[in-house]
Amino acid sequence: MTASIVAENVSKTFTLRYHRTFKQMTVAMVKGHDVSDDFKALDDVSFTIEQGESIGLMGLNGSGKSTMLKLINGIMRPDGGTVLTRGRIAGLIATGAGFHPQLTGRENVYLNAAILGMSEAETRRKFDEIVDFADIGRHLDAPVGNYSSGMFARLGFSVAIHVDSDIFLADEVLAVGDRPFKRKCMEKMEAIRTSGRTLLYVSHAAGSVRKMCDRVIVLEKGRVGFDGDVDEGIRYLKYDDDNTENEPDEDDTEDMDDDLGADI
Amino acid sequence: MSETVSAVHVAQGELTPPSANQGLLEVFRRRYLLKLLVRREISARYQGSFLGLMWSYINPLSQFFLYWFVMGYILNLHKNVENFAVHIFAGLIVVHFFTETFAAGTRSIVRNKALVKKMAMPREMFPVASMLVSLYHVGPQLVILVVACLFYGWTPDPGGLLAVLLALLIIMLLGTALALLFAAANVFFRDFGSAVGILTHFVRFGVPMIYPYSLVDERFGGHTTAYLSNPIADAVLLMQRAFWIGTTQHPAEMARTNLPPNLFQLGALAVVACFVLLLIGQMVFTRLQNRIPERLQ
Repeated sequence: MTASIVAENVSKTFTLRYHRTFKQMTVAMVKGHDVSDDFKALDDVSFTIEQGESIGLMGLNGSGKSTMLKLINGIMRPDGGTVLTRGRIAGLIATGAGFHPQLTGRENVYLNAAILGMSEAETRRKFDEIVDFADIGRHLDAPVGNYSSGMFARLGFSVAIHVDSDIFLADEVLAVGDRPFKRKCMEKMEAIRTSGRTLLYVSHAAGSVRKMCDRVIVLEKGRVGFDGDVDEGIRYLKYDDDNTENEPDEDDTEDMDDDLGADI
Repeated sequence: MSETVSAVHVAQGELTPPSANQGLLEVFRRRYLLKLLVRREISARYQGSFLGLMWSYINPLSQFFLYWFVMGYILNLHKNVENFAVHIFAGLIVVHFFTETFAAGTRSIVRNKALVKKMAMPREMFPVASMLVSLYHVGPQLVILVVACLFYGWTPDPGGLLAVLLALLIIMLLGTALALLFAAANVFFRDFGSAVGILTHFVRFGVPMIYPYSLVDERFGGHTTAYLSNPIADAVLLMQRAFWIGTTQHPAEMARTNLPPNLFQLGALAVVACFVLLLIGQMVFTRLQNRIPERLQ
């Protein structure tokens, strides 16, 4: 077994600015208010993920899941500790892909693929597959700024999943897609998982985590609250109550899992 | 599925930090991505405007006619400076190259925040792409200048060619260095973007473009070290050496009175200085860029 993602004592602090302009800062200083305030999004987080593992990263809103993904992806750097990864990383952060609103879908596919490290030839070879999967029809040649949020997410997911990556990050990818698309995504992620690539899946849907992952890491206010077995992790988060009424998304995903179960 | 499920995927390579950290070196290793960004910038710089790319030529041309009229006719420099139009235009090409790089480079990261916030890539890409787009527009302007010079009886010479290359190199290095510094700083305080407008004003008047160098030499009584320590002034003088001098009646006499004697030495020194500034710019950028994604709203 080789390590795929190693996080060691990782911390990340964000600054909550109270006052930004010169005038506001001076007034605040004179009055003796805090000029700025820090908050720790991640605090001494350590874990090791082996190549081929499929991890469910869970936690309540604001627990640091997306920040962790950004550090693993390389968008941000930790303030303390180290994050190390092996191989090429692809994936989506917080549903939206990094698309340029003024460029067309087609141009964005090329640009996005290039940022993820694909060559021109590689992109051209996979282009049809990417477009077929996203299934956005004529909109491909319209600026993505005019896309619906669903189309935007579909195209982003499609590019990311067709990159030959060693690590795939999926952050709430299923939140915006419609049901047929969700099913396609789940199938693709299942394929990633069986091909031995590392999968890091952020979700609030206990059902799909149970289906997809063989280990759960729960973040709690920026610290690792739980790291281990899937069912225990879900129970730790108190997400195991399947008829939770205030989580409509959960029911939805549960239904979908049933559907999926029939398909596979 | 197309992937062969049986063969278990094995990642190659070492465990490394996922964030790009080799700065400009990484930018030039990923030339394909740079090419896409440059192409995007070229089409996006005048996005939503009717005249589009023509603005890249309208802008310098309007400046040219303004200086030509005000300095040439009203202040009567046409009489004192031979081929004053060539004198202005030769300087204007590098000055415009610099101001465009500086202005567009400073805005580059904020403008591309959709990518910066979501994708892992060397962020030096954006200022560098801005510089390359500005360089792309230098080409047609140089062609116009060469045609005009040929009309005045100018003949190309190797020294002149070296002078042009030195001038462009100075601006490329200096422009990228300042674009890096200001692009990062502009994320934290948009004040830096506003300061650029003022600084470009100083640049236009601080170089021997709308007045001859002989006038500077005369006013300062030969003490021009401070004036010549401005790399953009050196670049403009190199352009005058390459083009304007050759169009005059007595080139040798003109070069003696209107260029500093050690021009090429100054040019080489400016290249070294700008290269050092670029290294400093890279260091500062590396420090600041840790906080760029979270400060882009």
